[in-house]
Amino acid sequence: MLKHCCVVLSGWILLAATAWGEEVVVYSARNEQLIKPVFDAYTKKTGVKVKYVTGEAGALMQRLKAEGAKTQADLLITVDAGNLWFSKQESLLQPVKSAVLEQNIPAHLRDGEGQWFGMSVRARTIVYNKNKVQPSDLSTYQALTDAKWKGRLCLLSGKKVYNRSLVAMLIAQYGAAATKEMVKGWVANLAAPPFASDEQALKALAAGQCDAAIANSYYLGRELKHHSDWPLNIFWADQASGGTHVNISGVGLTRHAKHAKAAQELMEWMSGAEAQALFANVNMEFPANAAVAPAPEVAAWGTFKQSTVDLNKVGELQPDAVKLMDEAGYK
Amino acid sequence: MAEAAISCRAAPGWRANRWFGWAALALAALPLLAVLATLLEAGAESDSEVRSHLATLLPELLANTACLAAGVGVTALTLGTGLAWLVSQYEFPGRRWLDWALVLPLAVPAYVLGFVLIGLLDFSGPLQTALREWGLGSGWFPAVRSGGGAALALSLSLYPYVYLLARNAFQTQGRRLLEAARSLGDTRRAAFFRVVLPMARPWLGSGLLLVLMETLADFGTVAIFNYDTFTTAIYKAWYGLFSLGAAGELASCLVLLALLLLAIEQRQRSRQRYAFNARGRAADGRTALRGPAAWTACVACLLVLAAGFLVPVGQLLLWALQVAAEDLDERYVDYFLNSLALGGLGAALTIAVTLLLAVARRRSRGPAVTWAVRFATLGYAIPGTVLAVGIATPLAWLQNRLADWTQAAFGWEPPTLLGNSLAVLVLAYLVRFAAVGYGAVDSALERITPSMAEASRSLGVSGFAMVRRLHLPLLRGGLFSGALLVFVDIMKEMPITLMVRPFGWDNLAVRIFEMAAEGQWQRAALPSVALVLLGLVPVALMVRAGEQKSW
Repeated sequence: MLKHCCVVLSGWILLAATAWGEEVVVYSARNEQLIKPVFDAYTKKTGVKVKYVTGEAGALMQRLKAEGAKTQADLLITVDAGNLWFSKQESLLQPVKSAVLEQNIPAHLRDGEGQWFGMSVRARTIVYNKNKVQPSDLSTYQALTDAKWKGRLCLLSGKKVYNRSLVAMLIAQYGAAATKEMVKGWVANLAAPPFASDEQALKALAAGQCDAAIANSYYLGRELKHHSDWPLNIFWADQASGGTHVNISGVGLTRHAKHAKAAQELMEWMSGAEAQALFANVNMEFPANAAVAPAPEVAAWGTFKQSTVDLNKVGELQPDAVKLMDEAGYK
Repeated sequence: MAEAAISCRAAPGWRANRWFGWAALALAALPLLAVLATLLEAGAESDSEVRSHLATLLPELLANTACLAAGVGVTALTLGTGLAWLVSQYEFPGRRWLDWALVLPLAVPAYVLGFVLIGLLDFSGPLQTALREWGLGSGWFPAVRSGGGAALALSLSLYPYVYLLARNAFQTQGRRLLEAARSLGDTRRAAFFRVVLPMARPWLGSGLLLVLMETLADFGTVAIFNYDTFTTAIYKAWYGLFSLGAAGELASCLVLLALLLLAIEQRQRSRQRYAFNARGRAADGRTALRGPAAWTACVACLLVLAAGFLVPVGQLLLWALQVAAEDLDERYVDYFLNSLALGGLGAALTIAVTLLLAVARRRSRGPAVTWAVRFATLGYAIPGTVLAVGIATPLAWLQNRLADWTQAAFGWEPPTLLGNSLAVLVLAYLVRFAAVGYGAVDSALERITPSMAEASRSLGVSGFAMVRRLHLPLLRGGLFSGALLVFVDIMKEMPITLMVRPFGWDNLAVRIFEMAAEGQWQRAALPSVALVLLGLVPVALMVRAGEQKSW
């Protein structure tokens, strides 16, 4: 009897100790429904508890900065290259040296110093209404400025981070002057004032308000899942030139992480096959790990050439992109 | 108001009372002071390039903001006052339940209402689609995603502030005032504009002030309509240009603007004394409307209720049913309870503090206290996220210094961050919503005549005893509607909760954010419906209380 008690008791203590000792704290600007499945799977597999708090990227980065050395956060997960670049800029992160991460994540999707690693890829490209447009009418972001597109374009607001990054990439590729002309050309071709979300823009595209839009690929995947009758299709932009603009959601180890080792193990696991499938496919994004297949609906869109402009550069150019869009009258 | 001037040196309770007043002031004003200091300190670092770029945008943004504020102000004031007058003076079909139902749009957050309006009315929505199918075209349809659309959404969700306070005023004014005016030869309409409306000014003014401050601080709603206002520049500076400094500077300007509005409102009010007989209730004799007039009144109320509540909530329910199967799980119990707990705690603290503030201001007539109290209610005009940063930053700093000190002195650090604790979150709500509580409490205090205080004093009742036996019973209605407003506001609040909440304190608003942030507004319908349901609880409580006693 006593022996049984001892076994049970020591079991409890052991359990409590692991629950207490092994823990990773995450600040995440990626929504709960998109990260929770990954963390749940990790906890189930390893017993390591993942505590997280979600929020807006800007606010979370400021919180991390204000908390300084006393922060509880071990990892910062955020979407968009600009936020990752800014976190690095503000010294919120620390370099991670990991063969696993370097092998799993391609070089153009991670920071050169290992301060952040891309975990999923979102392509921002052209979506068109099949009833009104032939794929042969489409080629580049630039081509949408042509006068034949007048009154046929739906765009997301220029204030949204996805467009800031797209324009920043274009600046890196073509220079500020040419990019400004391009943005002005888009604005001149708008069918309706810019939308507050890609979802709204795609809805308008399906309803026939316009003929083409620029949107993140996973929005199309999501919409088609619920509205299989929508006559929409994807077109990979800039295949003959620099490649389609891609952005990432990524993760970095905080400068003052209290559980650095456990956090790094979580990062490494997140770059592996099982987690990558969960992380990317739950939102119909592309896994950053090229060895992992995207969701079937996404794979059906075919492979495409990604822009390899340095994402840190894209982040750094974001303020320029904001000013440029203001000057070009892109609301 | 003259009661405040009466000296109360003799009463032993006053001194303690005054300390409470100071403590309340410190609790509300110090965090706001820290917020402004943080913003201004950051502002000093903002670089000139960012500044000059933002300067080029400001003329248009200021014009947009002025248009929006004017549109929302006029619409909300007209709706709130008109409806309150109808239900408090006339008898018509459905009046009994419209009386309280017209408060319901308050439970629907403006950003949710905005999203539903766009979903229903924009080009791809069912209405315009149907018009096109019927061959009527939809090119003539007014642009929904515009300043006008944003103003409509904000007006419909904010008019209840004016309605609640105006209704209270019209009921307490009673019929006698109106009858006096009419016996002197005024028509009913003339009496309304010449006597009733001017006499209700403090109530209408504080309602309007809340509407305007909320409009100035709004970001979520205008963003959905892609209508650029002053707050757009604040967020652009911070998120787009990575300059929290410039954002802080702009936010400080907004606070100044709010201070100006507040000063105008107070000045308007201070020329007159308002003391009403609380017994003269409107219910004593409503004029019964007959025939077309009765139905017009009923339909007018129904239209507003439909646009602000029935249609949006119906649409939300439809969406919620579609996603409930995959999204509804046991965690919703937690979200629900967390919303309830945060709203309740925040409302209790806010009402207690604002009551002390209002009493303190009455008692000490000096301009210093008056201005300090005014200042303490300005948090309402700061966009939520900016306020959240302003609170979290100095608190984290304070916490870190404290930890350094305990480390040096005792070799021990407090385990959890002060910046993450529930107390801080509730304090942040106080800073944000002090204006809402104060408006209701202060207007209610107007009702206590100087003679009542004198009479009670002459009977030997003063100090705390007077507060308990005279003020609280008379203030109950005002405190209750104040608490209701703050409770509902806290439940709808998103950015502060997002930034300051401790681990495990996700609530319904956070859930809406999770879904809406990636544009999945239909999935956000489920937490939105839950939020509206929860908002109905205090309204129902208020209705029950109202059946027993005027509120």
